[in-house]
Amino acid sequence: MTTGFLVTNRSVRWFLLALALFTAVVAFGSEASGAGLISTSLVKTLGKTLCLCLIAVAMDVVWGYCGILSLGHFAFFGIGGYAIGMWLMYARTEGIVMSSLSGQVIPPTPQEVSDAIGSQIFGVVGSSDFPLVWAFADSLSLQLLMVIVVPGLLALVFGWLAFRSRVTGVYLSILTQAMTLALSLYLFQNDSGLRGNNGLSGLQNIPGFEGTSQATISLVFFLASACALALGYILFAWVVAGKMGSVVKGIRDNEARVRFLGYRVEGYKLFVFTLTAVVSGIAGALYYPQAGIINPAEIAPIASIYLAVWVAIGGRGRLYGAVIGAALVSLLSSWFTGGGAPDVNLGIYRIQWTDWWLVLLGLSFVGVTLFFPKGIGGLFDYIVRKPS
Amino acid sequence: MKNYLKTSACVVGALLASTSLVAAQDCADPIKVGVLHSLSGSMAISETTLKDVMLMLIENQNAKGGLLGCQIEPVVVDPASDWPLFAEKARELLTVNNVDVIFGNWTSVSRKSVLPVLEELNGLLFYPVQYEGEESSKNVFYTGAAPNQQAIPAVDYFLEELGVEKFALLGTDYVYPRTTNNILEAYLMDHGIAKEDIFVNYTPFGQSDWATIVGDVVKLGEDGKQVGVISTINGDANIGFYKELAAANVSADDIPVVAFSVGEEELSGLDTSNLVGHLAAWNYFMSADTPENATFIEDWHAYIGDDKRVTNDPMEAHYIGFNMWVQAVEAAGTTDVDAVSDAMIGQTFPNLTGTTAEMLPNHHLTKPVLIGEIRADGQFDIISQTEPVPGDAWTDFLPESAVLTSDWKDLKCGMYNTETKTCVQLTSNY
Amino acid sequence: MLRILAALILSLGFAALAQAQDLQPVLQDHADEIAKPSRSSVSTALDALIASGLPQVTPFLEAWTDKGIWQRDADGMFFYGNAKGSDLTLRNIDTGAETTVSTVGHTELRPNGGVRRVIGTALVQFQLADPDITRRLSAIDSIARRPDADQLIPLLGSIDTEPDPTLKARKIQLANFLSASFAEDVADRIAAIDSLARDTSIEARAVLNQILSVSSQVTADEPTGGIARILSVGRDLTEAEAYERLVAANLAPPTIPPVAIRDALAANVIEGRVGGIPTAQLGTDATRAQAYAALAASGSVLPFVTPQDQSTAIANHTFYEAYDQDDTAITDAARAALSSVETRVAASRFADLALDGLSLASIYFLAAIGLAITFGVMGVINMAHGEFIMMGAYTGYVVQQFVPDYTLSIIIALPLAFAVTFGAGVAMERLVIRHLYHRPLETLLATFGISIALQQLAKNIFGTQARPLTSPGWLDGAWVLSDVIQISYIRIAIFVLALLFLGLILYILKRTRLGLEVRAVTQNPGMAASMGIDPDRINMMTFGLGSGIAGIAGVAIGLYAKVTSEMGADYIVQSFMTVVVGGVGNVWGTLAGASLIGFLQKGIEWLNPSNTLAAQTYMVLFIILFIQFRPKGIVAQKGRAAAD
Repeated sequence: MTTGFLVTNRSVRWFLLALALFTAVVAFGSEASGAGLISTSLVKTLGKTLCLCLIAVAMDVVWGYCGILSLGHFAFFGIGGYAIGMWLMYARTEGIVMSSLSGQVIPPTPQEVSDAIGSQIFGVVGSSDFPLVWAFADSLSLQLLMVIVVPGLLALVFGWLAFRSRVTGVYLSILTQAMTLALSLYLFQNDSGLRGNNGLSGLQNIPGFEGTSQATISLVFFLASACALALGYILFAWVVAGKMGSVVKGIRDNEARVRFLGYRVEGYKLFVFTLTAVVSGIAGALYYPQAGIINPAEIAPIASIYLAVWVAIGGRGRLYGAVIGAALVSLLSSWFTGGGAPDVNLGIYRIQWTDWWLVLLGLSFVGVTLFFPKGIGGLFDYIVRKPS
Repeated sequence: MKNYLKTSACVVGALLASTSLVAAQDCADPIKVGVLHSLSGSMAISETTLKDVMLMLIENQNAKGGLLGCQIEPVVVDPASDWPLFAEKARELLTVNNVDVIFGNWTSVSRKSVLPVLEELNGLLFYPVQYEGEESSKNVFYTGAAPNQQAIPAVDYFLEELGVEKFALLGTDYVYPRTTNNILEAYLMDHGIAKEDIFVNYTPFGQSDWATIVGDVVKLGEDGKQVGVISTINGDANIGFYKELAAANVSADDIPVVAFSVGEEELSGLDTSNLVGHLAAWNYFMSADTPENATFIEDWHAYIGDDKRVTNDPMEAHYIGFNMWVQAVEAAGTTDVDAVSDAMIGQTFPNLTGTTAEMLPNHHLTKPVLIGEIRADGQFDIISQTEPVPGDAWTDFLPESAVLTSDWKDLKCGMYNTETKTCVQLTSNY
Repeated sequence: MLRILAALILSLGFAALAQAQDLQPVLQDHADEIAKPSRSSVSTALDALIASGLPQVTPFLEAWTDKGIWQRDADGMFFYGNAKGSDLTLRNIDTGAETTVSTVGHTELRPNGGVRRVIGTALVQFQLADPDITRRLSAIDSIARRPDADQLIPLLGSIDTEPDPTLKARKIQLANFLSASFAEDVADRIAAIDSLARDTSIEARAVLNQILSVSSQVTADEPTGGIARILSVGRDLTEAEAYERLVAANLAPPTIPPVAIRDALAANVIEGRVGGIPTAQLGTDATRAQAYAALAASGSVLPFVTPQDQSTAIANHTFYEAYDQDDTAITDAARAALSSVETRVAASRFADLALDGLSLASIYFLAAIGLAITFGVMGVINMAHGEFIMMGAYTGYVVQQFVPDYTLSIIIALPLAFAVTFGAGVAMERLVIRHLYHRPLETLLATFGISIALQQLAKNIFGTQARPLTSPGWLDGAWVLSDVIQISYIRIAIFVLALLFLGLILYILKRTRLGLEVRAVTQNPGMAASMGIDPDRINMMTFGLGSGIAGIAGVAIGLYAKVTSEMGADYIVQSFMTVVVGGVGNVWGTLAGASLIGFLQKGIEWLNPSNTLAAQTYMVLFIILFIQFRPKGIVAQKGRAAAD
């Protein structure tokens, strides 16, 4: 059973092969390997894209397989980022503070060290005390644990409340959207203790590796993201392959019928919701050290809507579809807004892509929804397998 | 003496090298200027104009024959008001496009996002917006106002000229208002204003429901003290705020409002006939009556093709910053970041309000502080103008910062503790 | 010569100065104070001007405050000036002779607000009995802004001759305020104070609070004088604050903060030891205290003030607040008057909060009501709803570009906005939504795509700057019930508009054939079609109606807030929550939802007035919990129609 799904589901093997190839190409072409064909900023972009692919796969499982259109999964992504970001900021600042205090005649007391770190971290936002949420920020292992536990716990409580009340369909979507809105509003407050609108920054500087170049660090994170995506993909492929996968798909297609068959629908939904939340948290924890900064705008409702759109464009109910959608849209966005696309001169009007890209993107959502309801993945199916 | 000889030999060598470089330069590799302003998203409202100003300044410089005999090529990217994207785009500008300098950013958080990248890759950024201070990076030149060049003089004006005894500090909930208000609270308490007489309120970005808050402010007058409002409300939230203020008949004679983030650009979004007499503090107003300003406005109108477009303070900051950079590059004979940084310190350039701006060793400018009263046509009457004030990176009014200083010329440190005589850190806080 | 003479006469303080007929020399004597006035220095110039007794003084001062005075840079002469473009018409201060010159070489005098207020006060005595009512009004405003003991007598003198009844009432009120603060006779003062007990205006309370101003005191003996209250340490002020006050009053030695201890230790290092303890061991508070104690024992530093010392010092002193006004009869009367006013004020404040809540609810309702039809009745998730609001607002802006009259432009803009967004809604329904009725969640994606495309299009067309949408003059200002209860007319208009639409939609849905058909199609499209109703047409009309109302809401919202390409995004999530909380499929539900959210938000803001963001956070949390426990909203649909 444990490996059976790999045999039956050929797409997993193909996907892993493609991912391995891609990873190898990037690794050997990167600046860190000496080839220098792929710039560090591109490696970072690609690494971040892999993290986005991971959360898109999670989204696909919760929406495409289980039928819960969650518009709040970026909340879990963000929490993962904040959890790791707190340690990164604390440890980096501690290093700076210790080296600056070491020159003094009288050794500093633990309180003085903590005060100095506090004023370094929070001085930027006009405060200097350590809020309670930073209690474990000095311990990497505890913060890593929080990457998993906090999103999981939030999803568990939220999901339990919502599924127990049988909130479904659009209502659930709006409820999850309200959740991420509440979280982002809370974090926007300066008093939340997580530096408000500024968020946590300078996360690309990994404490203990000050001497290591960003080229190397970015490659390490890229490889880690690739591994995480591979593992996450295998995990979810396994989840949706077995008997549980059938029940989950049954819930998507007709929840009442599955319930009448004697399955505890809430339990299955809760499991899927929580598991995907945890994976989202991990994806976030890998994403933000590459992005360098996390702030509440990252978890505003619109981010989660985009996530749903990626999955829809890529094709729901196909894990590789989610990967294709996320990778395609986010990379295209980056290319168009970066001024990479040449302007089109129509003679009377000059199309500047920075101005028109969003219009194009928006209309393509409409087009995909109307004409390719199965997304790009569906098109892929059509070519590879022929429709049944 | 030996050292001196060595340095002077170096300088001469560098000069020779750079001149030969200029001579050899065939401009196959033009000078590139990165423009890092949001053209989409929530900050596009303010930043798009700055992109246009940069393009105008570059075009004019090219018309004058460019720089070091080369044309300047602008590289415009759109970080889309997305803070992580600022870091990504900055890295791209510096490593992929190989720009020589970046002009950009508006919000503090976007600057903090870009800082680690700049310091890692030794880039150069000119930051044109008034900000909360408490920072001085080797790689950034701050051409906007520090708190002592805007907030403190405005509060002095309130205390001395308007006799305000009770303060309402209204701000959007982010770093600049938070830090500025902290500084102002400390400053006001030093000047004998009791803590109970300082009302602080923070609202979200884009707040539109102001009725209750305006009511709260009016209510402050019930103990018979003169009330004044210090507004660090950001961006388009101001429109609702001023509309509510006008609707509640709060005249500038009863409760004056001084704003630090409201300029000509923001006022163009509303009808100002009911707001006449309210105040703003900046280092530049479009109504400044100088020949330099007249030329600048003329150029701007010609470039943008619209006589109704206004100019504002951050535009002047870019004007000063860009021209100083040009001078520094000419002085250094190269666009190399370290050489230009060294040449920047001490550069002077006439600002648009009739005085001269000088780049200080702490990477801030000297700027005159202007206080303007809103007119019915959306412009400001300048009613007070100080001599240029040197920008202070670390405020003197917060105990933790009072001991810090920044000097990139002699001390070579942006965060130097004057008590312990040590450099706290070479990189910046972000 | 004349100047010297004038200065001489002035310095001698001769009243006979009236002989000198010209004002200009007097002005020139104080040229600096007049050209660059400051609040503290302007009074010298003002005193001299008024002392001159010249008739030109009043018009000069009035013109000065209105920025109507210019100075010639060449010789510093002052003129009345009126600039048109670069032409400047100068009028001689004394002779009235006019000349037209260029503005170059002349400077407009711009006295700041503080100076203007001082001038206003100086003008009071000339304006109180002026035949022109605007002058009398400005005198009254000046008194209200800067009450002064000297004003009482002239003010009382002008009351009897005041022809305007409103102004007379206002003068009496102000005279009362002045008497309460400044009357010579204690009985007069108390009588005036008593009369304020029913006045809820901020000014009246300001007068009372000024009389009741207190200062904090501390004493080791029995407190004396008019005591406002005795402060209890721990409840009214913390121990640290109390001790600080003792230190400030020189009643106790200052505490030694940790930083000072560290500095003292660092300054007393002898051969790597402080007070016998090696410096390497001074990394804890305990060892530092020990070392410091050793230093203090040797007398090289100030002794440490222990927490125990502090508590004893605090316990031995009384902290209290004393009235600055010595006469207890007056303070008692003022306190009684104030407490009676404050009960009224508290009630008014509650009413004001309720009005604010009502207004916020009507804004939410107006923003959501279109959605109540498209989402609530038809079940279409239209993420572009916010962009329809934005389109309506921009329509208003465009109309104002062509029709300069604000009233007319709004009258044109409202139906036009409806037409534009109705058209957009119909087009969207025909082209996109029609194909997705059997896939409701996917309309979310398609309409989200439309939403971001429309937003960017608006940016490309109108630019990123906020655009002005100005309300007509008759909507300016506020409906003032008292200083505490007031609401702006524009908010009242929005409230009326919301009511109007509530009525209109109820009427359309319940009383018209279209409404009947809409309800039929939403309940069972198949059955409706077989009864001869064309579901396509009905869906199109309903969607158009919902979108059209969003357009009108856009004009209203643009009038009170801002017009930007992103304004729609501010309302979309809020609107969906309003509809869901209220209960889908029912216009009354949306009303209930909007009211709940509006009032609750104001309630939370009232509890925590310094942080609006927190109020919004708690609001959303409340909505999440509310939906958990009442998933179908306040007004839940029953029966089969309620099934998804």
